[in-house]
Amino acid sequence: MRALIANELLKTFAKWRTYIGFIAVGIVAPLVEIGLKLEGGSLVRNMTRGLTQDFFMVGNLFNAYFVTYFIMNSLWIHIPFLISLVAGDQLAGEATGGTFRVLLIRPPSRTRILAAKYITTLTYTGTLVVFLGVLSIGLGIALFGTGDLLVPGRTLTLIPEADVPWRLAAAFGLAVWGMWCVASLAFLLSSLVENAIGPIIGTMAVIIVFLIISNTPVALFTAMRPYLFTTYINVWQNVMEQPVAWADVALHAAYLGLYSVALYGATWYIFVTKDVLS
Amino acid sequence: MTEEIILRTSHLGKRYGNRWAVRDLDLTVHRGEVFGFLGPNGAGKSTTIRMLLSLVRPSTGDVELFGVPLHKRRAEVLARVGGLVERADFYLYLSARRNLQIIADLRGGLPSRAIDEALDTVGLTARAGDRVKSFSHGMKQRLGLAGALLGWPEFVILDEPTTGLDPQGIKEVRDLIIRLAAEQRMTIFLSSHLLAEIEQLATTMAIINGGSLVVQGNVRDLLADGAGDVRIAASPLERALAVVRTQPYVVNPRTVGDEIRANIPAGKIPALNAALVHEGIEVHALIPQRSLEDYFLTITEGASEIR
Repeated sequence: MRALIANELLKTFAKWRTYIGFIAVGIVAPLVEIGLKLEGGSLVRNMTRGLTQDFFMVGNLFNAYFVTYFIMNSLWIHIPFLISLVAGDQLAGEATGGTFRVLLIRPPSRTRILAAKYITTLTYTGTLVVFLGVLSIGLGIALFGTGDLLVPGRTLTLIPEADVPWRLAAAFGLAVWGMWCVASLAFLLSSLVENAIGPIIGTMAVIIVFLIISNTPVALFTAMRPYLFTTYINVWQNVMEQPVAWADVALHAAYLGLYSVALYGATWYIFVTKDVLS
Repeated sequence: MTEEIILRTSHLGKRYGNRWAVRDLDLTVHRGEVFGFLGPNGAGKSTTIRMLLSLVRPSTGDVELFGVPLHKRRAEVLARVGGLVERADFYLYLSARRNLQIIADLRGGLPSRAIDEALDTVGLTARAGDRVKSFSHGMKQRLGLAGALLGWPEFVILDEPTTGLDPQGIKEVRDLIIRLAAEQRMTIFLSSHLLAEIEQLATTMAIINGGSLVVQGNVRDLLADGAGDVRIAASPLERALAVVRTQPYVVNPRTVGDEIRANIPAGKIPALNAALVHEGIEVHALIPQRSLEDYFLTITEGASEIR
């Protein structure tokens, strides 16, 4: 099994499409940080305008953590696209290339091949999200330094600097967990077709439709909301609340996990029973 | 035949919707045979091979390899089989050696010596480090053979292995198959639409048409019965034709261009030659046109008439 996974990782990371995500993140994150640096903190000043009259703000609120949180908030819709680029190619790409005929006429069962591919997909997804985190924080520290984290929202929350590292780590962990759900969806769609374009567009279509349902205040849509994975995918934001509602975090994370398991189960059934005609 | 049975299919069938791609196919391949699997396009050859290698799930019947049902002990059985299904496809962005390494790992980890041997066998050692993307079609096809032969499996299934190769490439692949059968005692299942290829390489064969088996048996035995055309180049032509006509075993003598064509049993060619020479006719050539092609056409036409 280890050799199967190693080979799937090798195949994935030898393809240049795998690096599109890293290149995109590698361009966008620094671009945003440089842009914010040039702004010179007006963003934070605007958010805290009302407060500075009544409170005396100390320390550096315009720091690496704030910038990272800002980037995470603006990118979590776009990262799924970069994930589907690779996850949607995992099975469809083998069909396009005709290489299922190389892979599936050998002793390892389809169940094992699929597991190796899924683990590879999850690894890629995790690596990409962690790359985003490390790059944002690292560059942020270099440009802005550290400090307390100001979390914008309906209310402003201020997280003391000592608390920020574990909260960010938890946030990125949950972000990976949520993105695995997206990856599982793209992986499922990838098992259905022989070209990676379909799964990529399909994944994005599902996410966009789900988000529209989530954000349109119509009774019918409100009733559907609890059943959509997109409702839970921003669970990472919850660890920035003060105090953290751990029960909610755990429940939402469990829903995401169930979604991923169900999507993988469906993929397994399709893959194991299908006739390979490509 | 007392040899061990390597492959046996019984009532093997595959249905797509209402259409049977393969129906009720019984094949038997013994150890050491080069088994030719012949049929026109769309006859079900490829579907059959996909069922043999577990790519396609049979609708009916069973595949038994080495006496073991494929669906029961798939991994154990496929570890002893090498295969090349249709066009040889690879991970184009990886090197030839890396592609073979992937297959070796799928086979449960073969020593790197096995990869060297396979590359050497198909003459790709010098290009082993290059990406497959840069390979010509012929080189990919040879690499596909290398993948099938990796670790010298007991049984190799090759689906149209010479398709798209130039004459030199075709000769090399055919020589290789002959060598593998002779030196490695490998059992080879060879599908082809190239009739001459089967005639040249195979010891036993099966013909499939419209998804059903038409005939199966020893190539020489199958070709021995029935008569075929012989091309006769002789001068003077008119007198030669007259002599040919008088021979009792000759059927349908006629002139085609400046030659005579006649249907003559294979064993009667020396007698015909003697008769012509006896009449003082110069015989330039007596060329039997009996080939698998004639045989195949006769038999498949017959089959389509029956249905």
